[in-house]
Amino acid sequence: MYALRRFAVRHSRSYEWFYQRFERAIVALDPMFRTLGYQRVERPVAFIEWGVKSLLFDCKMCGQCVLSSTGMSCPMNCPKNLRNGPCGGVRPDGSCEVKPEMRCVWVDGWDGASRMRHGLERIAVVQPPVNRALEGSSSWLRVAREKAAMGRDAHVSADPSKYALARAFRRARRLEPASAPLAKEPAAALADQAVAETTAVYDAPSAADPKSEEPGQ
Amino acid sequence: MMPFPAPEPYDPTTDPLPTPPDNHYSSSRLERVLRRGWFAVTAELNPPDSADPMDVLKAAEPLRDVADAINATDASGANCHMSSMGICSILSRVGLGVVLQISCRDRNRIAIQGDVLGAAAMGVGNILCLTGDGVGVGDQPGAKPVFDFDSVSLLRALKTMRDENTFLSGRKLTTSPRIFLGAAENPCVPPYEWRANRLKKKVRAGADFIQTNYVYDVDSFRRFMVKVRDMGLHEDAFILVGVGPIGSPKTARWMRANVPGIHIPDALIERLERAEKPGLEGKKICIELVQQIREIEGVAGIHVMAYRREHLVGEIIEETGVLKDRIAENSLQAPATGKDAS
Repeated sequence: MYALRRFAVRHSRSYEWFYQRFERAIVALDPMFRTLGYQRVERPVAFIEWGVKSLLFDCKMCGQCVLSSTGMSCPMNCPKNLRNGPCGGVRPDGSCEVKPEMRCVWVDGWDGASRMRHGLERIAVVQPPVNRALEGSSSWLRVAREKAAMGRDAHVSADPSKYALARAFRRARRLEPASAPLAKEPAAALADQAVAETTAVYDAPSAADPKSEEPGQ
Repeated sequence: MMPFPAPEPYDPTTDPLPTPPDNHYSSSRLERVLRRGWFAVTAELNPPDSADPMDVLKAAEPLRDVADAINATDASGANCHMSSMGICSILSRVGLGVVLQISCRDRNRIAIQGDVLGAAAMGVGNILCLTGDGVGVGDQPGAKPVFDFDSVSLLRALKTMRDENTFLSGRKLTTSPRIFLGAAENPCVPPYEWRANRLKKKVRAGADFIQTNYVYDVDSFRRFMVKVRDMGLHEDAFILVGVGPIGSPKTARWMRANVPGIHIPDALIERLERAEKPGLEGKKICIELVQQIREIEGVAGIHVMAYRREHLVGEIIEETGVLKDRIAENSLQAPATGKDAS
């Protein structure tokens, strides 16, 4: 809903405060999710997440939520799906090039980020392209899986392509692990089931851990 | 007067891939000129609606002697023309420096990464990473917008191919593309106060040079450059500023209303209206803009976009005198300036 979406940007700092606590809670629930099986909880959690976030942010369920890094303005509402800032076509009044009746998602995004505690450092991080196979899945569960795995130092993947992306976008991976996930995805979270089958098609998986600083930073 | 160095035709079927000089990412003339600290000139080519290579060479004729690299647009304004890839292939074979433009609008990550290998194999040394205008403003508004990458993630993907020798999937390349990476910036549109931050993001993602959209509002550009210098971005990337002659006040109004991202101040349009010969006045304004812009600290060159007025580019460059400080030197191994390709 457009008015609520704009409200979120104006109150991004409160949203940030709330989300930090919410995130800690869902990460703490990881053992429970694992006991129940992420596969089993995926659909119901995704449904609740869709209900809440589509109301508050016009969420498009990309499955790789980075709202904390985009000033609480959902980048998937940008008609060009830009994840890293505005294009060069923003109109003089700050409205969108493609949809003039809508305010540019990134004009709002930078506005929201400037109100947040960590907004400006987070919005400066280069975000990877979205994995379209994860569309429709729960980003909350992905954050829980990834952050809990990071905490256990157990972020292992059989798929070297995931490491390559995480290495290329190190800072995004560290701050928003769901933007470049490494943990095994439950089949229910994948839009295209074939993707789940085609892991480990390349040579030996790289064991390198994308923790260190990005080159050139 | 100036071509640097003398054009050398490159035939990919017989010539080996040129090796970049020390501290250079690519073999492109543009990179050498910039690293040497010379004021660089790039120019945009008007792409033909034709399958005849002669039309490309004809369009390049007025630009070849004044530009260090010619930009081959990728369906700019979402209007279909000959592809950037095709134009770059033809021009690199006659020894001209080219900038391949890649817009995220039309191709996904599979197509783009493949295209970059193809372009580098044909001798293309510079690649400009763009978001692209929305399909709605073009001649085929029913097309599917792709936007798989955005310009920033595209830069990082190409940097990964060049520096890490892999596709974004982690698969190894046997020969990495030796390319000089470019990005665009539009300093004169909102969000004004964050444009420099967005530029910083592009530089972090991998941009070695920047070509801006048209700058007709020098004051606004100066304010942008203050922030750029505060962040030290002019030391990490070479900034080329977009300029171009306007033919008439009517054209100016039309561009402002219909081409996304173009900001032309009212005062400038009024000046064109008052002029007896608006065409001449437009050229004069362009020359004045170049002279003001080159005085701004941190500007490394200009990017001339003279759509349908390409015949004026030579005169504009000549009259601004931007190439005068170039001295004919034989050595290409001058100390590198700016970002080192270490």
